[in-house]
Amino acid sequence: MPAPIRLRELIRTIRTARTQAEEREMIQKECAAIRSSFREEDNTYRCRNVAKLLYMHMLGYPAHFGQLECLKLIASQKFTDKRIGYLGAMLLLDERQDVHLLMTNCIKNDLNHSTQYVQGLALCTLGCMGSSEMCRDLAGEVEKLLKTSNSYLRKKAALCAVHVIRKVPELMEMFLPATKNLLSEKNHGVLHTSVVLLTEMCERSPDMLSHFRKLVPQLVRILKNLIMSGYSPEHDVSGISDPFLQVRILRLLRILGKGDDDSSEAMNDILAQVATNTETSKNVGNAILYETVLTIMDIKSESGLRVLAINILGRFLLNNDKNIRYVALTSLLKTVQTDHNAVQRHRSTIVDCLKDLDVSIKRRAMELSFALVNGNNIRGMMKELLYFLDSCDPDFKADCASGIFLAAEKYAPSKRWHIDTIMRVLTTAGSYVRDDSVPNLIQLITNSVEMHAYTVQRLYKALLDDISQQPLVQVASWCIGEYGDLLVSGQCEEEEPIQVTEDEVLDVLEGLLVSNLSTPVTRGYSLTAIMKLSTRFSSVNRIKKVVSIYGSSIDVELQQRAVEYNALFKKYDHMRPALLERMPIMEKTASNGPAEIVQTNGETESTILDTKHLPNITQPASQANDLLDLLGGNDVVPVIQTTVPTKPASAGGELLDLLGDLSLTGGPTPTPAPSVPMSQPPFLLDGLTSQPLFNDIAAGIPPMTAYNKNGLKIEFTFERSNPNPNIAVITIHATNSTEADMTDFVFQAAVPKTFQLQLLSPSSNVVPALNQGSVTQVIRVLNPQKVKHCEPRAHFASFCSSSLSICPETAQTLIRLVKLSKAE
Amino acid sequence: MHFLLLFSRQGKLRLQKWFLPLPERERKKIVKDMTTMVLARKPRTCNFLHWRDLKIVYKRYASLYFCCGLENQDNELLALEILHRYVELLDKYFGNVCELDIIFNFEKAYFILDEFLMGGEIQETSKQSIAKSVEASDMLQETMEEYMSKPAF
Repeated sequence: MPAPIRLRELIRTIRTARTQAEEREMIQKECAAIRSSFREEDNTYRCRNVAKLLYMHMLGYPAHFGQLECLKLIASQKFTDKRIGYLGAMLLLDERQDVHLLMTNCIKNDLNHSTQYVQGLALCTLGCMGSSEMCRDLAGEVEKLLKTSNSYLRKKAALCAVHVIRKVPELMEMFLPATKNLLSEKNHGVLHTSVVLLTEMCERSPDMLSHFRKLVPQLVRILKNLIMSGYSPEHDVSGISDPFLQVRILRLLRILGKGDDDSSEAMNDILAQVATNTETSKNVGNAILYETVLTIMDIKSESGLRVLAINILGRFLLNNDKNIRYVALTSLLKTVQTDHNAVQRHRSTIVDCLKDLDVSIKRRAMELSFALVNGNNIRGMMKELLYFLDSCDPDFKADCASGIFLAAEKYAPSKRWHIDTIMRVLTTAGSYVRDDSVPNLIQLITNSVEMHAYTVQRLYKALLDDISQQPLVQVASWCIGEYGDLLVSGQCEEEEPIQVTEDEVLDVLEGLLVSNLSTPVTRGYSLTAIMKLSTRFSSVNRIKKVVSIYGSSIDVELQQRAVEYNALFKKYDHMRPALLERMPIMEKTASNGPAEIVQTNGETESTILDTKHLPNITQPASQANDLLDLLGGNDVVPVIQTTVPTKPASAGGELLDLLGDLSLTGGPTPTPAPSVPMSQPPFLLDGLTSQPLFNDIAAGIPPMTAYNKNGLKIEFTFERSNPNPNIAVITIHATNSTEADMTDFVFQAAVPKTFQLQLLSPSSNVVPALNQGSVTQVIRVLNPQKVKHCEPRAHFASFCSSSLSICPETAQTLIRLVKLSKAE
Repeated sequence: MHFLLLFSRQGKLRLQKWFLPLPERERKKIVKDMTTMVLARKPRTCNFLHWRDLKIVYKRYASLYFCCGLENQDNELLALEILHRYVELLDKYFGNVCELDIIFNFEKAYFILDEFLMGGEIQETSKQSIAKSVEASDMLQETMEEYMSKPAF
């Protein structure tokens, strides 16, 4: 068997391969040779073969069959073998393989080897990849070596102990005695690794932390010696003596001083000294200053020192070196919460960093700028941030836009400024804003009543320029739909009103519908806007035409809307004005989050507005849909439950329930009637909320007893609601003359499709016995059009009996309801 | 420090040192991510990146990129010094080190690194001390061939 080729030769050969396939071929050939060599248990060349295997592994080829061979190498007596064996173990093995446990014994033996370099190899391997089991087994050996006087071994043992503690924290106690005189070493290697060990112990255990606080003076002394000592060739880096050790000590001091007054006081001087004396021309000096600043900010330092630290960071910001600027911005971000005013002083420098070419710096500067915005500097900062938004990378735009919205919301000096700012964001970064910014903006606009004309004018102008930014287009269409009349009448106060005709506006909106740039959602917005204008503009015919065209649109959403709007023109034209009225001022929900639908479960009468929020704003069309389907029990649409009880059980209540099975046996048997959700358009009644429900104008209808059976008596009293004579307000009084209380009393009502009904919450669910009290509930019925029912009786009787089984008594009651609405 | 990688401008891996136990697949993924990210950086940008929850510090020396992944509390500026110290050690050992030296003597690069760092921390801050240890270890390699830099393997 010829000797396997040497490592270097293999490397040379492989590098001559011109293609990946060629390389793979060579490697496969060599692997086969190596495998057969392993099988032959060849001791002489094992080392060579494993080395080659490690090279191939680095190129990315599998090398697991060499794992056992590494173990054999470790067990060998030759140092060369051990060196490669341990290297292979560190590269090929990790705790996941069972094989690595076999190493434990070898390592144990090598830890006690006579040659320190062998011991070093063992310590290094254990310290890099030892598993918890291995660490547990060998911790004793490591501890022994930690106490040796051989500094070469001592420093390695210290880092090995760090690894053991990371893997098996319970063993930390074991190393405590050995740490006693670690810091009195002269050897920098040992000092450094000791500080690392102490840091690890303090980070993991508060007891250790308090125990080691007494070391602070010693650490301060060591640090001082490092700074004051003259040139030491062994440890010098650009004129600074052992910066690695300095940084490590500073870090340990940070941990020891945190939260502790005495320790912090003991370090004050040395920190000030390091901060002022360190040479800043090279990176290494700045590394030390950086660590010093971090330490000062974390411990309980006196204010002078803190100001010094922030000023160092401020100087960093002006440094030519990008890395240093980056580090400064990161640190300032950490401290901006606690030392806000100090950081504010550097605001202009930070804002300048927004213009830096480096992406990482720009991002940090942006985050920091947002943290620094407050009521005083909002105008100036926003100017800079908007400029930044214009020119920054797309990855930033979304975050920047969100940040600007947040800041504008918190600190906007005036409504006009707020709207202007948002518009600017939408025009520059429109496609990157978050989805909920559209409803937020709409809410903001609606609530700034005095700015409506101005807003719609600006949005219209923006639309003329550019229709590609969807959020902007959506907001603009919504506004034009709502305030188109203001636009056409040229009423703007804030700026020069523009002359726009109705046709021009409709042209723009129709343009959105047909444009390829518009998304389906945008198209929905514009169709609805066109529809709304039918009550605000006079060119209704044109609108009718547009709407009917889209009745056959391929887009299902558009088609549905168009069809329903068509229906609104045809059959329900009487409802159109009321439906398409102006939106009321909306309740402000939590900024930032998606608006929640507040279910006010009939707490008070005036809860009508506190209800449907933003989903409705964007889809008033589907709202119209609901109105046209009052009794549909539409669960999909958010519904105002103004009736409290959700249990359909009713005891002895005569349910005017057209939809459910009626069991008229009376008595306290629960009837499984479905609860009818009453959908209620908020804006129909919005003008009424401030009005008292009961007023002086008598409705002119005498009260009546609607039901009187089995001890339960329900009386209706009638009134006409003041502003809208089409609304009848019925109050029901339910009394109970039986001896038992009637619990779970639910009164439900339904009206035919042309009517609208609102049930307010009852005074209680329990009708007390023996007429001791009554349950009252208010019902409002709207007959939007005083439809003259010529044959009311016939109409209803046939309606009721044909569609559902209903007893004549119920029908009678309904008839009376109709009658009262007819009456003037 | 979680890992230290060396790779060429073409993305070929020259050295990988892992200070955390990670499965092979995860290591390969990290190497791929690092090479892609670092090689994509423009020339005059800063040497720091963010990746997952680690700070990545990288520096280019001639045709080799030195890249390490740090934890949050580690000092990035010092990491640059650490990388520089390692390059100095290699330079002293090989005499004007270039990428080829590291390719053909990768195991030596590892040996030197193992004298400088352990478990992601520095074990020795003196250049001379490290150089002496490596030299002495080399002496221990039994065959004369080895010492005369005619490798036994």
